[in-house]
Amino acid sequence: MNYLLFIIGFLLLVLIGTAVYAVRQRDLLYAVIATGVISLALTALFLVLQAPDVALTEAAIGVALTTIIFIITIRNTVRYEDEKDKK
Amino acid sequence: MKKAIVIFLLAVFGFFLAVTFLDPDFEAERNHNGVKNFYLDKTVSQLKTANTVTAIVVNFRGFDTLGEVTVLFLAATALGSILFKKRHHIGDRTVLMPASSIVSAGSKLIFPAIILLGAYVFIHGHLTPGGGFQGGTIIATGFLLMLIAYRDFSISHNVLSVIESFAGIGFVTFGLLGFMNGGTFLQNFMGTGVLNDLISGGVIPVIYILVGFKVAAELTGLIYTILHEKG
Repeated sequence: MNYLLFIIGFLLLVLIGTAVYAVRQRDLLYAVIATGVISLALTALFLVLQAPDVALTEAAIGVALTTIIFIITIRNTVRYEDEKDKK
Repeated sequence: MKKAIVIFLLAVFGFFLAVTFLDPDFEAERNHNGVKNFYLDKTVSQLKTANTVTAIVVNFRGFDTLGEVTVLFLAATALGSILFKKRHHIGDRTVLMPASSIVSAGSKLIFPAIILLGAYVFIHGHLTPGGGFQGGTIIATGFLLMLIAYRDFSISHNVLSVIESFAGIGFVTFGLLGFMNGGTFLQNFMGTGVLNDLISGGVIPVIYILVGFKVAAELTGLIYTILHEKG
């Protein structure tokens, strides 16, 4: 039971850290990849919390579809939040 | 002035949030003998469905699922109608790079496996975790891979529309068949069979296969529309 709590805590920390990174990042492509990592951690969390149905949905929609749709959107619009962020 | 409005709205929101969570008897009444135990008891003994979540989603709360499918259909339709206007003036901003040979060869290899996994997930929706939505999304992911790997991979919108319409009509028809058998809308009128059999749970696997086809067709069409839209 203890190690389960440890895994849940670790996943929550990963979630919060990646979310903060996604908000702070000025390069939108990196932010979208970070959003995909959030979905991956959330999938693992659902699996640990014994909700495999929700985990499957999150894996298919969150990791694959949403990320790809955002990447296509970035390809068709702009990559940086500001023009001066461009390296 | 603006700040005052924001603080006021936050205070109102916080008040209702606090009332919700500070209420000591919020869950006490429901948890003792509410619908939770009813679902858990009836699923295995009467519906003969191994996956309780599927039984709740398709059988007990089947009308909600019909609503969800409708929401997805409306979202896909709205997106298509918005992007349809822009397709007339095609710019040449995005240069389509062909995918590398590793990606295209690997996609061809892995594509049937993804389709098979998606079909497995929604056919076995009443036995194992997963169901129509999950399986349909996995199939759409497979088509997405092929669309990325091959630039000239094209899907007929008419075929997708026909699949989508027939699946939606089938869902409603099975709901109405419940009326004809003397029950309510989406009544489980078919024989439930034996627990853990592939053909068990009555109407549940049929509806989930229809939902799987519908979701797969909708999401594939959505991705196809977005991918071929040039702003």
